[in-house]
Order: sequence, then structure tokens, then C-alpha cells
Amino acid sequence: MATVAEPAAVAHGAMTPLPYRVARTRRENHDNWTLELEPVADAIEPIGPGQFDMLYAFGVGEAPISTSGDPDAGDTLVHTIRAVGAVTKALCAARPGAIVGVRGPFGNRWPLAEAHGRDLVLVGGGVGLPPLRPALYHALANRTELERLVLLYGGRTPDDLLFTRELERWRGRLDMDVDVTVDSATSGWHGKVGVVTKLIPSAPFDPANAVAFVVGPEIMMRFTAQALLERGIPAERIWISMERTMRCGVGLCGHCQLGPTLICRDGPVYRWDEMAPLLEVREL
Amino acid sequence: MAETLAAADLDSLFDALRSRGYRIVAPVVRDGAIVHGEADAAADLPAGWTDEQAPGSYRLERRDDGALFGYASGPQSWKSELLPSRVRLWQARREDGGFAVEEEPAAATPTAFVGVRPCELAAIAVQDRVFLDGRFQDRDYAARRADVFLVAVECGTPSSLCFCTAQGTGPGATEGFDLALTELLEGGHRFLVRAGSTAGEAVLAKLPTRAATRDDVDAAGLVVASAAHEMRGRFDVDGVHDLLLRNLESPVWDEVAERCLSCGNCTLVCPTCFCTHVEDTSTLDGTGAARERVWDTCFSLRYAEMHGGNTRPSTRARYRQWLTHKLATWEDQFGVSGCVGCGRCIAWCPVGIDIREEVAAIRGREEEHAHA
Amino acid sequence: MRTLDSLIRESPVFADLEPEDLELVAGCGQNVAFDAGDRLFKEGDEADSFYLVRHGLVALEQYVPNKGMLTVETVGPGEIAGWSWLVPPYRWQLSARAIEPTRAIVLDGACLRGKCDDDPALGYRLLSRISGELVQVITQARLQLVDVYGNGR
Repeated sequence: MATVAEPAAVAHGAMTPLPYRVARTRRENHDNWTLELEPVADAIEPIGPGQFDMLYAFGVGEAPISTSGDPDAGDTLVHTIRAVGAVTKALCAARPGAIVGVRGPFGNRWPLAEAHGRDLVLVGGGVGLPPLRPALYHALANRTELERLVLLYGGRTPDDLLFTRELERWRGRLDMDVDVTVDSATSGWHGKVGVVTKLIPSAPFDPANAVAFVVGPEIMMRFTAQALLERGIPAERIWISMERTMRCGVGLCGHCQLGPTLICRDGPVYRWDEMAPLLEVREL
Repeated sequence: MAETLAAADLDSLFDALRSRGYRIVAPVVRDGAIVHGEADAAADLPAGWTDEQAPGSYRLERRDDGALFGYASGPQSWKSELLPSRVRLWQARREDGGFAVEEEPAAATPTAFVGVRPCELAAIAVQDRVFLDGRFQDRDYAARRADVFLVAVECGTPSSLCFCTAQGTGPGATEGFDLALTELLEGGHRFLVRAGSTAGEAVLAKLPTRAATRDDVDAAGLVVASAAHEMRGRFDVDGVHDLLLRNLESPVWDEVAERCLSCGNCTLVCPTCFCTHVEDTSTLDGTGAARERVWDTCFSLRYAEMHGGNTRPSTRARYRQWLTHKLATWEDQFGVSGCVGCGRCIAWCPVGIDIREEVAAIRGREEEHAHA
Repeated sequence: MRTLDSLIRESPVFADLEPEDLELVAGCGQNVAFDAGDRLFKEGDEADSFYLVRHGLVALEQYVPNKGMLTVETVGPGEIAGWSWLVPPYRWQLSARAIEPTRAIVLDGACLRGKCDDDPALGYRLLSRISGELVQVITQARLQLVDVYGNGR
């Protein structure tokens, strides 16, 4: 498994949130909001693509949320949150000026260096797109390091798609390829319909020289990895982002373990060949 | 250099520790068990008591001598002191422009643990790895741990459930203590005393000891050797890590799941189990909030709850998680086995599940299939 | 100008057919092109052909009362639209419409079935490939059903 990162110098306890002010909010769709957060006083260390923060809604609780913003955006934190429980609903209800707590950054990063000189294929399913967006921003800011850049995105319905305006802008770029599909269409949708794995056989990348980052529900990641393998990308060049119950986020509470790994500490980014055997054991 | 202390002079140890500002916690008899309690003198120790342990059973019995440490282990371990079951981490209150967080001051009471079994020393070392050696330390554990004085007592009376020899954690104390005592009953009730640190040496210097004789040292060696001999062959741990991870779908898991109540007793009594839950609360008027760290158990149905479901809804999966973590994946995560061989989980399981039997069953079932 | 054989071979389903088989299949086919918006076939109509899409995008649609025409799936380059030619009563189960300018090869069902009757070994070779494609279509359709992106409610 991936090795533990270097010791962090923290002036405050690892379980103590720092206050951050909500600078902007943006409603992405019916149950997803993006919050932009600025530190009230102390800031956390810079967060990298793939990492997550524990976001605290005062008096309600915490949730682990991946960064979805530009890694070069200074101290501003960007998190896209789906409102599914008490904590995330409270976070999504926060308005500019509200204060939330932040602990982080935790976890490991997307291995962007692996993509140097190669095609980078990003495959997102549903709310899997936000954790990929920082990798995409980095790739676009360092475009000459890569060969082709491909974004494949699958959502439930057209109304569930995230970052639609950005998707349109990205699709208009000449230096990347974007393909989007939905599982089920509404009338008025003139794009592709079908599972996201259908986008893989004809996506414009060279499997012999490609690296893939995949995020989405576990089933989607499994089938996508399968399709990428069938297309010819080796398992050692496919990375996924894992999720499990998290409470402390700092490797001290035991909840996020999956077999031999602690996802908050060794992940959430894992190489497919390392994670695949664990995902095959039901209820591991 | 080993010294000998007469049992009648054991109070001097308590005095020396107290004069150094230590609060003393030692084994005491309470509610029909030997538990840890605050102690002032040797009179508080469970003199003349022993424990009879079997799967699902624990009873105190009278000994026919006055041994002060003549038992194996009780339902508690020292994690009650180092990792209390409920600790407040911080409080917060709303104020203009946000909220202010006030961290709880780190626990500051120096404490001496008297009567730490070698397996318990090993358990403390295991939890040190979890809480002190990672990228993030547990502040509360680190503070309590820094101010602890450990007086180990080697084992002369293992229970029928002990298997520290299989795990390499006893019955002798080799490291991790400030002082180590070995109780000798024949030829005069006395203790062989060894220092394991400069702090230990300083305290030892204050005690009315005499230099240990060859006989004292030999007698102490015999106590430990006899205890080790009693535990021989109790648990074949050869290749247990790979064995368990090869057999994640063994029918043995289904069988033990039929008996397991998922009550979590094993995790409560286990000296290395460390899982905690984070509880965020707020005051009724919403102006204040707090966070507490609370013991949790992987047997809890809610342990693996996530939005959208539960990744371990069955007892089978939760039991498998606990045992494979304890004996196998703990090593992958922390570089050492999670089990110290104290046998508590066997005694305190209400249905008497014996992890040694379960592992043997998995091994046996695998061999059966190999020859089928 | 490329031969029909080589165009059919572009489709993964028939990509590894022997040249003789490919020629027989091509004998039942012809090139077709559609503008965006053109209907390929209509639900309920007699169906005795299927399409190998070469370029563009075709929407398979189902009319649902109260909702209108819903796209159930889109079929793109290398994929097949239309399975109703395989079994009687040979009627289209869904409608199909080109979303983008589309070029495809339409293959005559009766013609192909006739050739398979004449040469069962050929029939086996064709149908085993088509079954493989159908398995994939079913797997993908089931993934759509599982609603993986749902929020667990």
C-alpha cells in the first residue's frame, strides 16, 4: 500500500477545526452545492488534487469532502458537496458569510507525475467529477506535460450533471476531448444515453501510453476499470478514489479501514491493481 | 542489577511513587472481579485472590497463600486510563464572525500503573504505535502517556485462556517498563525488582531493597518459565496473517456468526482495540458546541454506516473484520500484531467464542479442502 | 472508395470474421446516411434489418405517455441498432432517430437469416458474435437500472 506522508507540523490538535468563512456558494444542481471558503485566521496547509478536508457544520457534525477546486487558488478552499445527510445538508444550506470548520488536508494525491508524457484519461461518474476537477485544472495549467487529455463523464440524468457550464467550455477547447453520457434521459436531451463505460471503446487515447483516474460509486469504478483494462490500459496505470465511513480523518479512529489499508491515511487514491482484490470480497 | 524487596515492604513503593506526585492505579477487587482502581497501599491489592477463566466465564477464587498478584487479568486493561471511554476534545461557542474553539487542556495527572502484566506492556506498546507513531498523534493519549510510570509484574499464574507465549509478549517482562516485579512466594514472600528506565532506577533507589541473590534470580526465572510451560501448545499462530487473509470466505465465518451476538464485549475488554467515535453535540440554544471522543466497536451495526448504506450489515462480516484486523491486517497497518495473547476476549464473550479455536477451525477447514 | 466488407469489419462485432464470411454478410448490406433528426425506424413497424453505425449518433427512443419520447440509449460508431430481426414477429421494439448526421450500414435480416439457414456453420459464427454483443448490451442496460448514482434513498 502507499506509504504514509511526512509528519505534519500542526499548532492545534488534529481534531480541532479551523474557522473558515463561506465566501461564495454556487448551486450546481438540485442537491449539490459548491462552497468557496476563506480562512478567518489560520489557514490549513495547501490541499492537493485528490485530498480531502473534514468540513464541520457548527453543532451538527463533520463530513469528509474532497477538494474540487484549483490547486493553485491560494488559501481559498473549494468543495462540492452533495446534500445527503444532516451534516451535508447543513453545509449546503450555508450562505456567504456563514462560518464552517475545516480540518485538513488529509489523504493522498492523484499521481499526476505518472501522466507526464502520456495520455491522461479522467473518468467521472455522478458525484465523482468534483474530486477529478483539481486534477483537470492542474493538467490544463501544465498542458504541455501531457499528450492527450480526455474527460469522460457519466451522470444519472441531465439534471444531475455537475459543472455543466464548465463542461461546455471544456468541450470547446482544442486541447482536450470531452464526452458525456447519462443513464437516463429526459426529453430535450440531445446527447448520449447509456452507461459511462460505453464511452471508453471509442475515446481518443492510446492505451499503450495512457494513465486513467476514475471516481464514482464503487460499482461504476469497477466496471470502468474493467472497460479500461479491456481497452488495454494496464492495471498499474489506473487509479481510483475510495470512500468508506470516516470519523476522524487522521488514522486514529479505525472506521475507514478496508482490509489492510486505512483510507484516510493510505488513500483515498489507490492504484487499481492494489485495490481490486479488496473490492472483490463482499462486505470486507 | 536486580534487587529484592520483601513483600512486607511493598508499601514503600507506594510511598515513593506518591512522594513523586504520582496518582497510583493498581488492581483491586471490586464487584467480583479484579479491576483497576486508585490505590494507596499494598493492602489495596487483591491479596490471596486468583481468577478462574474459561470461555464465557470469569470467577474469583481464593488462593491458599497471600500472593498479591496471583491472578492473570481482569476485564479492564490500562486503556481505561490511557484511552478513557469518553474524553472531551474541545468546546466551541458562536461569536461574531464565526465561532471560537477552546481545546480541552491536556490531562496533566502523572499516574503510576502498578501491576502491569507483560502482555499489557505489549498492548500499551501497540497502542503507542497507533496513537503516537502516525502522521497525526492523538493529543490526549500522548499527554496521558507521557506522564505514566509503569510498574510491571511478571506472570506466575496464567489463566487457561492466556497465550502470551504464542504472541511473544510474555510471561516475562523484557522492555517497556520503569520497574518490573516478580513475586516470589517460597523461601519468604518477596519480589525481585528490576529497573527498566532512569525513572525506575530513581524510584528503586528509594526502596528498602537488598541485592538479589542467585537464588532470588533463579526463583524468578522459574516463575516465568513455569508460566510459559503451562501455556505451551495452546495456539498455533504459524502464518496466521496469511492464513486468515487466504480464507476470507471460509464457512467458519458463517458458523461463528451463528453464535456471535455482535455485542462488542471482546472489543471493550481487549487491551489493544482502539476504535473511537467522534460525537459532535450542541447546546439546546445552538450557541455552543462540543466534540467528544468516545469508545466505539466495529461490532456496532452503525460502525460501517455511510450515506447510502452500510458496508458491513451482517454479523459475519463484522466478526470477520474484527478477527482479521486483530490477527492479520493490524500488521499491515501498524507493523505489529494487534493481539497480545491475554485471552480476555474469550473469557468475556457471553457465548464463549474462543479465537484460538476459530483460527484452528479455519486452518483445519483449509487443509480439508486441500486434500479433498 | 472502400468496399462494404472493410466497412463492416470496422464494427467490433464482425471485426474478426474471415474474409469469405465477411463477403457473405456484405452481400446483405448497403450503405445508408441520415441527416440529424431523420427517423431510422419506428416502434411497432415491421423490422427486418439492423444497423451498424459507422459515424454519428442514433437515439433509441420509447414513447412513454405523460413523458413523451424518451431516449433509452444512444448508439454510436461501432455499435448496433436493432435486434428485432433475430426473432419473430420481427417488429421494432423501439424507435430510432439520428441525433447527429449519421452514416451506417443497414443489413437485411431476411437475407442474413437465409444465408444462415443455408450454412449453419456460418450461422453459428455470426450468432456467437452477435450474442457476445448482446451480453454486453444487457450488462450495460442492467448497470443503468441499478441506478448507481442514486443517493441511497
